[in-house]
Amino acid sequence: MELVPVYLAFILVLAIFLGFELISKVPATLHTPLMSGANAISGITIVGALLAAGAGGPDWLASLLGAAAVFFATVNVVGGYLVTDRMLGMFKKRGEGEGAAKR
Amino acid sequence: MSSVAVNLAYIAAAVLFVFGLKMLGSPATARRGNALSALGMLIAIVATLLSRGIVEWHWIAIAVLAGTLVGASAARLVAMTAMPEMVALFNGSGGIASLLVGWAALFPEAGGMVGAFTAATVAISVLIGGVTFSGSLIAWGKLAEVMPSGALLFAGQRFINAALLIALVACGVLFVLDPAPDSPFFIAVLALAFVLGVMAVVPIGGADMPVVISLLNSYSGLAACAAGFAINNNVLIVSGSLVGAAGIILTNIMCKAMNRSLANVLFSGFGAVKSGAKVEGEVKPINPEDASLILEAASAVTFVPGYGMAVAQAQHVVQELGELLEENGCEVTYAIHPVAGRMPGHMNVLLAEANVPYDQLVEMEDINPRMGAIDVAVVIGANDVVNPSARGDETSPIYGMPIINVDHARTVFVLKRSMASGFAGVDNPLFFGDNTRMLFGDAKASISELIASLKG
Repeated sequence: MELVPVYLAFILVLAIFLGFELISKVPATLHTPLMSGANAISGITIVGALLAAGAGGPDWLASLLGAAAVFFATVNVVGGYLVTDRMLGMFKKRGEGEGAAKR
Repeated sequence: MSSVAVNLAYIAAAVLFVFGLKMLGSPATARRGNALSALGMLIAIVATLLSRGIVEWHWIAIAVLAGTLVGASAARLVAMTAMPEMVALFNGSGGIASLLVGWAALFPEAGGMVGAFTAATVAISVLIGGVTFSGSLIAWGKLAEVMPSGALLFAGQRFINAALLIALVACGVLFVLDPAPDSPFFIAVLALAFVLGVMAVVPIGGADMPVVISLLNSYSGLAACAAGFAINNNVLIVSGSLVGAAGIILTNIMCKAMNRSLANVLFSGFGAVKSGAKVEGEVKPINPEDASLILEAASAVTFVPGYGMAVAQAQHVVQELGELLEENGCEVTYAIHPVAGRMPGHMNVLLAEANVPYDQLVEMEDINPRMGAIDVAVVIGANDVVNPSARGDETSPIYGMPIINVDHARTVFVLKRSMASGFAGVDNPLFFGDNTRMLFGDAKASISELIASLKG
């Protein structure tokens, strides 16, 4: 049982290295969408929030905290992904989209 | 769903997040990457809802509905110029969610108290989540200019911050020794975390906001990560650390682009410093008609936008001018400094919104070597990022910061409302350069006049 924290730390370290590898390849042009997209991913805390809100334990405070967490995490997830999609939809190559249609 | 199935779904979600981030590496695949990442999130959420742990639905349904409504309308309504504010608020909402998840972990289903390890991770998630939340609100306030955007410095600030940190650690330790949910030390950690977040962002000036936003982005990931430790959940740890890493990389890029250490950004209050050699000289104004003649004869033009372009809402007319010049056979590029705008990549989004194709957006390192072949560099609402004293004047506060060398172009047009110094309060010798011509007036109006005389 006392090994669980060690396993979790193991996962943490590997994931951080993976993150550095992945993100250092993103070009400067996409840094704003990267940030809002990454922000949406940090909304993964919704998983913990759902578990807390839906546990149905004896303590009402725990359910309330969970429900508030679900609300904020949902704002984060839904807003983050939608706004990232909206931004990325604007990035067009030469010859794509309205800019070219006018020519 | 059994807990094995739920955890397999979490693995699938993590894989989709990784692929999603990988596809963000190119503008051609980025949108699909974001959709993949969203699919991963959906899988994780559905798997959690189907797990045996969820027995009570009412609260979840109401909270998800309300959150979706708020998130979706914010995402749809926000103006691209206000994107930094939006991201600051989203960071804050992620931070408070992780704080609440950590807090709720203090009430185990079986009743009783949590162990010391869980208590410690709860304290850490409350600390990081709280700092992210209150810090993001202050960052939002500065960006939205509902509070003064300058650096707020006062005597004893460092002393107070150090005392805050010591108090936080002490209360944290006392709480872990006796982790009751109603422990006064827990409430103290909660309150002190909020205060620390405010104190951390208050001394940072408006021009340094790109760094702060990146850092808070990283914190929001680390908060999710800490909450993952508190509830023993792998997918939170993996995704949280991916986001944490992303934020740290962006923070690092921003600091390098300003030639400053992170510590210097966080504690020095750059906006308050005013020094550096005052340059004296005579500016050479130009009127739009003459400027349009020079542009008409140019075969390579680069636009260098700064936040001023966004303030003047000039990006659409800039794109129109660029297109007009291209039709005239001129090669048009947009040179973007990493810290132009108020968050990393902000200018690129604004220009993309104005239909500038992304292959015309070039980075500082790519444009500088060929600046000598550029006939006209048009500086729109940028100041520090094109200031040559960063190269030559050791007394300048921005000395050593990499800049876009527009002064190496054959001609430089600087669009400026009037003769005032830029955000960092340093005088810019570029304005007095032999090849510099100042085009005074509102950027949008000036460019519209340029377009009119080019067409006429």
